[in-house]
Amino acid sequence: MSTATTKDHPHLAAEFNRDEPRVNWHDETLWWVRAKRDIAAHKLPEWELLRETASQIKFNVLSNLSTYLEQFEANATKNGIIVHWAADATEHNQIVHGLLEQKGITKMVKSKSMLTEECHLNEYLKEQGIDVIDSDLGERIVQLANEPPSHIVLPCIHKKKEEIGDIFHEHLGSAKGESDPKILTETARQHLREVFLTRRAALTGVNFAVAETGEFVICTNEGNADMGAHLAEIHIASMGIEKLIPERKHLGVFLRLLTRSATGQPITTYSSHFSKPQEGTEIHIVIVDNGRSIQLGREEFRNSLKCIRCGACMNTCPVYRKSGGHSYHTAVAGPIGSILAPNLDMKKYADLPFASTLCGSCSNVCPVKIDIHDQLYKWRQVIVKEGYSPKAKTMAMKAMALTLASPTLYRMGGKTGRLVFKYVPFAVNNKLNPWYNQREMPKAPDESFGEWYAKRKGAKNS
Amino acid sequence: MSREKILAAVKFNQPAAMPLPDMEVLNKLTDVRTDLVSKYKAIATAGGSFVYEVSGFDEIKTIINNEFKAGVKIISALNELSDYIYAETVKHEDGHTFADVELTVLRTQLGVAENGALWLTEKDMGSRVLPFIAQHLAVVISKDDFVPTMAQAYQTIGDADYGYGSFISGPSKTADIEQSLVIGAHGPRSLSVFILS
Repeated sequence: MSTATTKDHPHLAAEFNRDEPRVNWHDETLWWVRAKRDIAAHKLPEWELLRETASQIKFNVLSNLSTYLEQFEANATKNGIIVHWAADATEHNQIVHGLLEQKGITKMVKSKSMLTEECHLNEYLKEQGIDVIDSDLGERIVQLANEPPSHIVLPCIHKKKEEIGDIFHEHLGSAKGESDPKILTETARQHLREVFLTRRAALTGVNFAVAETGEFVICTNEGNADMGAHLAEIHIASMGIEKLIPERKHLGVFLRLLTRSATGQPITTYSSHFSKPQEGTEIHIVIVDNGRSIQLGREEFRNSLKCIRCGACMNTCPVYRKSGGHSYHTAVAGPIGSILAPNLDMKKYADLPFASTLCGSCSNVCPVKIDIHDQLYKWRQVIVKEGYSPKAKTMAMKAMALTLASPTLYRMGGKTGRLVFKYVPFAVNNKLNPWYNQREMPKAPDESFGEWYAKRKGAKNS
Repeated sequence: MSREKILAAVKFNQPAAMPLPDMEVLNKLTDVRTDLVSKYKAIATAGGSFVYEVSGFDEIKTIINNEFKAGVKIISALNELSDYIYAETVKHEDGHTFADVELTVLRTQLGVAENGALWLTEKDMGSRVLPFIAQHLAVVISKDDFVPTMAQAYQTIGDADYGYGSFISGPSKTADIEQSLVIGAHGPRSLSVFILS
């Protein structure tokens, strides 16, 4: 969003970490969501088969994507839906604006779409004089706070209710100091109801698009996508090319996985299937590439396109939970975002594949079995090879390689290190050493293992 | 222009064809048709729905009359509940006038035990916005119309032709503020399900 920044993940994470109680709260809240996912998953004995089936369906989709896209277009068109194609973010934004302009519409209501975050649609439309209101409660909150969402499923998970109360007091006229989630939600309901009833255009995302039938499915708990779409003259749905699934019956696999993985619910409150426009209204679909076809060609990384945007990898990630979504400075944060973003801009997002401990928890919870942590590791290699790794890290790695390759340098280095720790500890216990940030440096032993071993052998011989 | 460019790039970059998996194992594994009503009831109740097992429409009328004040706007899609505005007579062009609807009553032929979802198509709704804009929603279903999981639900739907359909599994809700669950986000503040024996 408008918070354009050149700061990288470690710096942004450090800023988030200034408020320790908040970090702990953020960490615990997301872990609680992860725990709910586990309970839901463990209730289904067929869970692993379900994941495997979903993964295979998505592999089939990727391997036949051009055919499915054409099939979907033909069937959607037959149903009376108008299909548009956008090669990149700019073209997507221009198409949306063009549709509004044609109808003389200057105000639009929007439900959750991470694709429009990726394309920076809101800012673009604002520049064109179009007023956009996000209708998902979490998205409305961050929109009023002039921030991007920090999580794809829980957009304002980084905010405390008191802060939300202040935002609502300022913008929606709730009582000062009111922070009861029930009252704040009711305030938003009244405010957004008026919006739904007065907007002629609604934009939504797409969770799944079915090639066989030309229909698309949108999942929400709030009902905001439906309220917007059914009351508008024109419904614009933005989707990435990877949202396709072959047949309607495959929804029976993905809808069983999506919400259980996301929040631990067995299904969202609403899973709405849009097949034809209501009489007198229009449905437009904008199919967006924006780098996805390039990712499809990267053999090591194409699996990332299987993602169904449940957010489970974020909730489980120890780095995400402790660094917050904004530290990833991209629309989709967390582990999955860190393997999607370098495809779009390797230089700008060179830091993200390093924002991981490679513990593998993300891959274990992924409902479509994306090898997320393997891809993070592989991106690191690509980024270093292409020369995009941070300079300090590259130099440190080179020095380390040199030292480990030479026994003399290795012994010398060890000795120097121990002397520094012992006699001039302030040389390492300072802010220039990132290891010292959250921990004390260890006490160095008087001698190395090598020295000790040599002495011990000598002692035995005498 | 972009259409051809995108399709060409996708075609060029997509991997060699992979087959679709066999769905039959999953379908059979999950097709356990015992206690569907009680399973549904437990899940739907946990999701915030009010579930009533009733013997007939008179009982439904009594419950509605007890729960809602006389004179509030109620739209019903059921012939059997003729005291209310009949959904088939409403037009979707009137969507905006439904803002003051207190209760919408709809009938479904398909409920899912594993997640509390009820399948409603545009035909069942009268107007697409009705089950969303009403302050409260009630759905009537026969006890024999439940299936175990979404796998069987889509088998039942098959290749049905609909303009719009939605699985609705409870009242509208959100947990966007500090993960506190609040019922009544933008849609109905309650979902009552009447199971006809």
